[in-house]
Amino acid sequence: MREFRIFVQKEFFHIFRDRWTTLILLVLPVLMIILFGFGITTEIRNTKFAVYDPSRDAATQEIVNKLESSDYFTLDSYLSSPGDIEQLFKEGRVGFVIVFGEKFYQSMLHTGDAKIQLIADGTDPNTASILTNYATALINTYQQELFASQLIAESGKRGITAETRLLYNPTLKSAYNIVPGIMGMILMLICAIMTSVSIAREKELGTMEVLLVSPMKPFLIILSKLVPYFTISIINYITILLLSVFVLKVPIAGSLVLLTALSLLFIFVSLSFGILISSLVEKQIVALLISGMLLMMPAVFLSGLMFPVESMPQVLQWFSHILPVKWFIIAVRNVMIKGLGFSSIIKEVAILTGMGIIILMASIKKFKYRLE
Amino acid sequence: MKVIEVENLTKRFGSFTAVDNISFSVEKGEIFGFLGANGAGKTTAMRMLCGLLVPTSGKGVVAGYDIQHQSEKVKASIGYMSQKFALYEDLKVWENIRLYAGIYGVPEKETKERTDMLLAELGFEKEKESLVKSLPLGWRQKLAFSVSIFHNPEIVFLDEPTGGVDPVTRRQFWEMIYKASERGITVFVTTHYMDEAEYCNRVSIMVDGRIDALDSPSALRREFAAASMDEVFRHLARKSKNNGL
Repeated sequence: MREFRIFVQKEFFHIFRDRWTTLILLVLPVLMIILFGFGITTEIRNTKFAVYDPSRDAATQEIVNKLESSDYFTLDSYLSSPGDIEQLFKEGRVGFVIVFGEKFYQSMLHTGDAKIQLIADGTDPNTASILTNYATALINTYQQELFASQLIAESGKRGITAETRLLYNPTLKSAYNIVPGIMGMILMLICAIMTSVSIAREKELGTMEVLLVSPMKPFLIILSKLVPYFTISIINYITILLLSVFVLKVPIAGSLVLLTALSLLFIFVSLSFGILISSLVEKQIVALLISGMLLMMPAVFLSGLMFPVESMPQVLQWFSHILPVKWFIIAVRNVMIKGLGFSSIIKEVAILTGMGIIILMASIKKFKYRLE
Repeated sequence: MKVIEVENLTKRFGSFTAVDNISFSVEKGEIFGFLGANGAGKTTAMRMLCGLLVPTSGKGVVAGYDIQHQSEKVKASIGYMSQKFALYEDLKVWENIRLYAGIYGVPEKETKERTDMLLAELGFEKEKESLVKSLPLGWRQKLAFSVSIFHNPEIVFLDEPTGGVDPVTRRQFWEMIYKASERGITVFVTTHYMDEAEYCNRVSIMVDGRIDALDSPSALRREFAAASMDEVFRHLARKSKNNGL
């Protein structure tokens, strides 16, 4: 056991004597959660809008006030002609423009065909659709209030009003979506990438050869490599949870024990992945590229962290199934955000366990081959 | 007493025969030079002797243990220094010594005492706490060799240990090899430098996976009517099919 202890200590020296490695392992996760948590946001706040209003009556004034008094929008300016609209978008000054029809209030009261046009910048479709949805909702509210107070609807027609309620994330905070994703990415980054690079480094430097000639069991060599990264993953897991609860204000709705067990399972899968990659390659840079391109990139794009998987082409959806991180993120969402119990994540746990065992077996087999 | 005995050892990778039916033996305390052009099969043969590769056929006994079935015991009785520099650059000098001593099961207390003795012998006392990466290459190679024999192995395998080292340091390095041999450690060394071949008690020259010559340097020079080992080597290498020179 003494050789194992000395060996684990050596691995910690490798990590803490290299400033960049230390930074990547301990500071990067904190930065990522703060950047993603605050920076990448799908919320709309204080977006500027312009108004072209030939009517200038009570109703249009009321609607503009309604938009401006919300948290989402700020009035930029009134336009004197519709021709200015394009120029505004080119300058990027406003998020959207609202155009009222002529004789708006009159039309609304009498002919019932008052027209409003919402113009948004389609080069960023996500933002554009969120903006117009919010604005439409506000305009609808105004309409209902007006009908209620003035009883215009006594003529008989009362439209159906759909009321949307978002469960689990009532205020539409994007951090709810970000935290599980970041957790998956960071654990994978540390376990898979750093482990595979560290083993590949020993091969590249020639120290692995010396270790393999020594009486030390290959199994122990690998195990002692895993201990530091496992420890650091646990530290990061705790940091992420603390940051998300106290800084991003995302509460842990479900069981902490279950969430921890789930994360340990994912750490195990990622570590196995790291060993498998390192058993296939000889160079650090290759290990880095493979783990970066094969694990991180798809993890970011296909795991549902940024784009919904459901709206992707069928082929990509199939591909996303083989990514462990996707299942981890789904399970974390269920436990941490929705507060569901074990029965809700049986499928994800089973898939992750299966993947872990298969990957570990493949890497052990591969590692033995290298000794023959 | 023979510490290495090899009979008809062969290693094939697919249809390629890297080591072709070689037989030789090495006496205890001998400095045995293992020569050959690149690709002649030296490294493959050495890896089989160290228990890193399993032979396709034939038999080998190293330090009294069968290389095929008792490779764990073989590994515990040998030391190994590879052609790549094999100490950890980001560990201190004494940490490297402790790491390898620990792997080979040298007791902690003994390691401490002998580390100081060893550093004094090498004149490295002041560098005990230095990171290895701050040492010049020649020093590192000397340290790597000392580490490879720290656990008093029966045999030490050196794979091109003096590559890239200046002539003065090479000379000092060979003095260390002689000292180790006086202590009874058998030295099995591969090299590219023909002047170093002259320092060996006996040398074998591999061509295309076979051992084409095996004797003391002086006997080989006589046999091939050559003035130096360099000439002997070139004479044999010319016969090679894949001509590594």
